[in-house]
Amino acid sequence: MKHFVSGLAMAVALAAPALAQDGETKVIGISIPAATHGWAGGMNYFAQATVDRLEKAYPQLDFVLATASDPAKQVNDIEDMVATRNIDALVVLPFESEPLTGPVQNVKASGAWITVVDRGLAQEGIEDLYVAGDNPGFGRVSGEFMASALPEGGKIVVLRGIPTTIDNERVEGFQAAIEGKNIEVLGMEHGDWNRDKSFTVMQDFLSKYPQIDAVWASDDDMAMGALGAIEAAGRDDIKFVLGGAGMKEMVKRTMDGDAMIPANVTYPPAMIATAIEITAVGLVSQAPVSGDFIIGSVLVTPENAESYYYPDSPF
Amino acid sequence: MSDVTASAPRRIRMTVIGPILALILLVVAGAMMNPNFLGWDNVTNVLARSAFIGIIAVGMTFVITAGGLDLSVGSMAAFIAGLMILVMNSLVPTMGVGVPVILVGMAVALLAGLAAGLLNGILITRLGIEAFIVTLGSMGIYRSLVTWLADGGTLSLDFNLRSLYQPVYYGGVFGITWPIIVFAVVVILGEIVMRSTAFGRYCAAIGSNDQVARYSSVRVDRVRLLTYAALGLLVGIATIMYVPRLGSASSATGMLWELEAIAAVIIGGTVLKGGFGRVWGTVIGVLILTLIGNLLNLTDFVSPYLNGAIQGAIIVLAVVLQREGKARG
Repeated sequence: MKHFVSGLAMAVALAAPALAQDGETKVIGISIPAATHGWAGGMNYFAQATVDRLEKAYPQLDFVLATASDPAKQVNDIEDMVATRNIDALVVLPFESEPLTGPVQNVKASGAWITVVDRGLAQEGIEDLYVAGDNPGFGRVSGEFMASALPEGGKIVVLRGIPTTIDNERVEGFQAAIEGKNIEVLGMEHGDWNRDKSFTVMQDFLSKYPQIDAVWASDDDMAMGALGAIEAAGRDDIKFVLGGAGMKEMVKRTMDGDAMIPANVTYPPAMIATAIEITAVGLVSQAPVSGDFIIGSVLVTPENAESYYYPDSPF
Repeated sequence: MSDVTASAPRRIRMTVIGPILALILLVVAGAMMNPNFLGWDNVTNVLARSAFIGIIAVGMTFVITAGGLDLSVGSMAAFIAGLMILVMNSLVPTMGVGVPVILVGMAVALLAGLAAGLLNGILITRLGIEAFIVTLGSMGIYRSLVTWLADGGTLSLDFNLRSLYQPVYYGGVFGITWPIIVFAVVVILGEIVMRSTAFGRYCAAIGSNDQVARYSSVRVDRVRLLTYAALGLLVGIATIMYVPRLGSASSATGMLWELEAIAAVIIGGTVLKGGFGRVWGTVIGVLILTLIGNLLNLTDFVSPYLNGAIQGAIIVLAVVLQREGKARG
């Protein structure tokens, strides 16, 4: 298989100059995980919207968009793109770092431009452009908001995501930001970025602790679950719930001045749009675009919420 | 049948005690670890939480007793929830926010559940395809359909409608919420059907030997079909209780419910390969599963990373308790 792929890569490399001469059409392959949860749904939406926009803006560019439900399917997608479409650039949001590293390296060997989004590859130096969110920053911004919203200090509970590096980095950033701010973390449990799981975890937190000042739900789906539990229990000791990632319903509530949701912290699924746009610019112009592009996590407050509200996005 | 009665006194006693013992141990452990554990709020939380899986598991008890299996119930619940929300939202402009819309939504849930169950049942009985394969297929189909309906995101019920519908999950009579009441009614009916009707006996007969059942003039295919249809209907009922809780459905809704329901049935003493079923045992199984999660949240006993391991160990232990009884008997 490996010989086959590298043989193929050679063929593509030889064919590339010939292709470049006739018509100058360049192909960008985009490989992303399927919309299996809210954030990924938003990411799919922005990928599609960006492709639609760029196809109109640059007639000389062609796009191939593939969504995969598991890493093996994603590897197949990428191999197919090289074999059948001779892609000039690949924008990939790896499902998992390890299994995708080899296949992306093969694409790189074919001479294509590589843009990696959000999840880095297991080996450094393969990608030409790296576009990602800032997980420690996401935690830090959340922690700083928590500290400023509870100036006297207070007792909070934390809902964590699926146990992953992403979640660990966020929580570490959060803990560093609230250190010495007199904020006591009563408990942390995994809500797995899932509404139902977070609902039950929050119910149990409410039974366990008679006084909770605030909740760091660390994600808007988890915040929705936690809010449901708080509302049902009729508890009024909880001043607010801080979610994250910028789901449109939650940003709307912040925009409308809902006291329970005073803020949000972005981790935009639209980062895929950034990656595709920059890659396109790199192919059609002389502007240098290689390097790292880290999209900061921004605090959304009632004042600036309007610019982070995307009513058409599914997320 | 005769060999069941032969060793009955000892064997039945031990298999009965197994799951109950496990449940009592959990309750005692919980009460010692956290004073709030036996508080009214926590008890109602746990019971209401058990209702979804519980209602489905009662139906699953019949399917498994008759020698079948249904892996599609979790995805089916997600799909029905999505469908229900879409239908109700689309009716709001014409019918306004009111009880009729919710009643239509409930009817949609029941019909969709029944249809989905019948479809599984027909494929299994009429076309003779293995239940595992049919329901594995429909599991994938319903899961994709709900993702597609939600456009990869989350379907949310109209806000005003949700406020009106909410009492179905949160409200109740005499402090006992509706999900608990519905769960109790389903269990009582299930117990009666399993113990005292021809249908219950047919299920057990088919599960232990469908050829013999056929020669004894039991209409095997029809009984099997009915077990899947009933399970589908119960999934619809569970969904009616589920939607008002958070008013949303996404591709993550009902994840792994099928395995929880099957585990609850087996913990409760129903035989996985069919032939013997116990509805009240299933209830104990569901309570054990829900209590484990509840206890792990209420205590800081172990690292949350190990929650799954504790759950797994207790499930196996609960079943071992019964098997030991059988071995000795």
